[in-house]
Amino acid sequence: MDALLFMIFAAIAVVCAINLVVQRHPISSALSLVGVMGALAALYLLLGGEFIAAAQLVVYAGAIMVLFVFVIMLLNAGTEARGRRGWAHYAGVPLLLLLFGLIACLITRRMPASEDVVFGQFTKGGPLDIGRALFTTYLLPFEVTSVLILVAILGAIVLARKEID
Amino acid sequence: MPPLPASVPLSWYLMLSAILFALGVAGFLFRRNIITVFMSIELMLNAVNLSFVTFSYKLKQVDGHIFSFFVMVVAAAEAAVGLAIILTVFKNRQTLEIDEVSSLKN
Amino acid sequence: MTFFIVSIIKSAVVAFVLLTALAYLQWAERKVLAHIQLRVGPRRVGPHGLLQPLADVIKLITKEDMMPSHVDKFFWFLAPFIAVLFALIPIAVIPFGTELNLPAIDFGPVHIPAIQTAMQLTDINIGVLFILGISGLGVYGVALAGWSSNNKYSLLGGLRSSAQMISYELPMALAIVAPLLVLNTLSFRGIVDGQSGFMLGFLPKWTIFQVFPFNLLSFILFMIAAFAETNRVPFDLPEAENELVAGFHTEYGSMKFAAFFMAEYCNMVTVSCVATLLFLGGWHPPFPAEYGSNYVPSLVLIGAGILSFLHGANPARPFDRITLPVFGVVFFGLAGLIAIPAVALPLMPVIWFSAKACFILFVYIWVRGTLPRFRYDQLMSFAWTFMFPIAIVNLFLTGLWVALS
Repeated sequence: MDALLFMIFAAIAVVCAINLVVQRHPISSALSLVGVMGALAALYLLLGGEFIAAAQLVVYAGAIMVLFVFVIMLLNAGTEARGRRGWAHYAGVPLLLLLFGLIACLITRRMPASEDVVFGQFTKGGPLDIGRALFTTYLLPFEVTSVLILVAILGAIVLARKEID
Repeated sequence: MPPLPASVPLSWYLMLSAILFALGVAGFLFRRNIITVFMSIELMLNAVNLSFVTFSYKLKQVDGHIFSFFVMVVAAAEAAVGLAIILTVFKNRQTLEIDEVSSLKN
Repeated sequence: MTFFIVSIIKSAVVAFVLLTALAYLQWAERKVLAHIQLRVGPRRVGPHGLLQPLADVIKLITKEDMMPSHVDKFFWFLAPFIAVLFALIPIAVIPFGTELNLPAIDFGPVHIPAIQTAMQLTDINIGVLFILGISGLGVYGVALAGWSSNNKYSLLGGLRSSAQMISYELPMALAIVAPLLVLNTLSFRGIVDGQSGFMLGFLPKWTIFQVFPFNLLSFILFMIAAFAETNRVPFDLPEAENELVAGFHTEYGSMKFAAFFMAEYCNMVTVSCVATLLFLGGWHPPFPAEYGSNYVPSLVLIGAGILSFLHGANPARPFDRITLPVFGVVFFGLAGLIAIPAVALPLMPVIWFSAKACFILFVYIWVRGTLPRFRYDQLMSFAWTFMFPIAIVNLFLTGLWVALS
């Protein structure tokens, strides 16, 4: 059952990610990214990360991506022009495969006899444990992040406001 | 075809994360629409989040979840500022192609 | 195996009841609105228009399914499905009552084991977060419909909807967090269990009566934000028919239009259920059973039956002479049925729960008949400069209360 669920959601994630890269219209890419995020949320649940799965849905899919879709609709962005491709593009493909191969090699080398993921083995991903860790061990980073958010809000307002003449 | 195992090894999750990250890099390098480039960055962040949560499972500690939570928060801040910048660029140049925004070239 | 069968049966029952309720919610809305405006509302199809939903459904199904030539076909087709999907999913985590205990049945060769199951599809311990997350995704249906219709008004509707949803999700989440501080759990079942019992012997321990008046305030904030999240009057700007020609669903007809309609009503039902569970004590009665709260449904039904007979004796329209006494008999029968303890005890939680949810749905319709629509700038400034600060202060004060007590 675990394996089947992993297969399904991993397949959804990979297909949506490929779609994100190959689609020429930004709104198709945005929706593919939402698909990736939904699939990842399901995978987090399999890994026992209940809170992080919900946060993935609320923050990423429900807020950030809506913002993206909003901006795409607001700018009425058309499809990307199919322009000339330099040699760099074609050189990039093998390099990219090389990068992926390196990571894959590293994973198989470093985690040779890795254990199986069994649903329900890890139960510390609930809101209780996350909250406890967030407000004790990680209190300072948490507060710093809130300041970062504040700065980002101010920056966004300053950048996007209309010029008042 | 071998029968489907009951559960999958931990490294498969990491492999999925690697695939998503590579695809994110591909999108970041090959696409020329600013918004799509931006979304590729988000895809890479998501891939990293997945490996954080996987390692959290491996180590049976909650810290990985906290880190991916911070990544989400930073991504939200980044999206707000980044999209504001994109709006400004579009207002000044009426284009979303990254190749066209090249005032500093030459 | 039993688990799967029970789950499938439960899903089928919930889906059937929900879809019927959605159809009749629309009938109720037309009827109540009509009476608010001193009209009579639909009454052609069936007695008092009771078969109107059926007629509407048949009309919408048999209509020609037009596809405008200028739309983005894929997304235009996808949008209603997304809207309905994310409207229906949240129902899965909502508990409707305590527990259902069915005895084992031996009927000849058929043997059905005793079944004990919660009146809920699934209880997850992040239920509230789940609902917040899924209902936040519903905006994609509206936004995509507006964008793919390739129509200025629809695009404006989609834009308005996405901005409105993001803005009102914040005060809504903050208003939900305040009672959670008191109740200390995210599972709906736990939330309702935390509200059982009575203060001073008669005042129910519902969240709105605890930590007075902060939780009452969060209830009001939640309801206002919920009106905006479900695109209802006075915040129905995405579909404002007299400025945007129905906004995001202008280009949709037949069943696709019905899908958006269904999604909107389903969202209303979800929000009413969540408000009931979080603030109004779920299935707990408003006063203790010692004072006879178990007899209230019977009394209400008897009252309705007497009223029907009185009106039937002096009918306003000739047909009512027949229909109203029939309704009266039905009401009396139901009252008698509910008065039987064996039937009443398992059903009573469900009755209280649906009574509270129906009251909130009535408030929805009531507000629609009463308030005018906001202007768009008013809508945004209301969210950010009025509701947001109040919600934060309210959350802070509730937290202070919880920390000190």
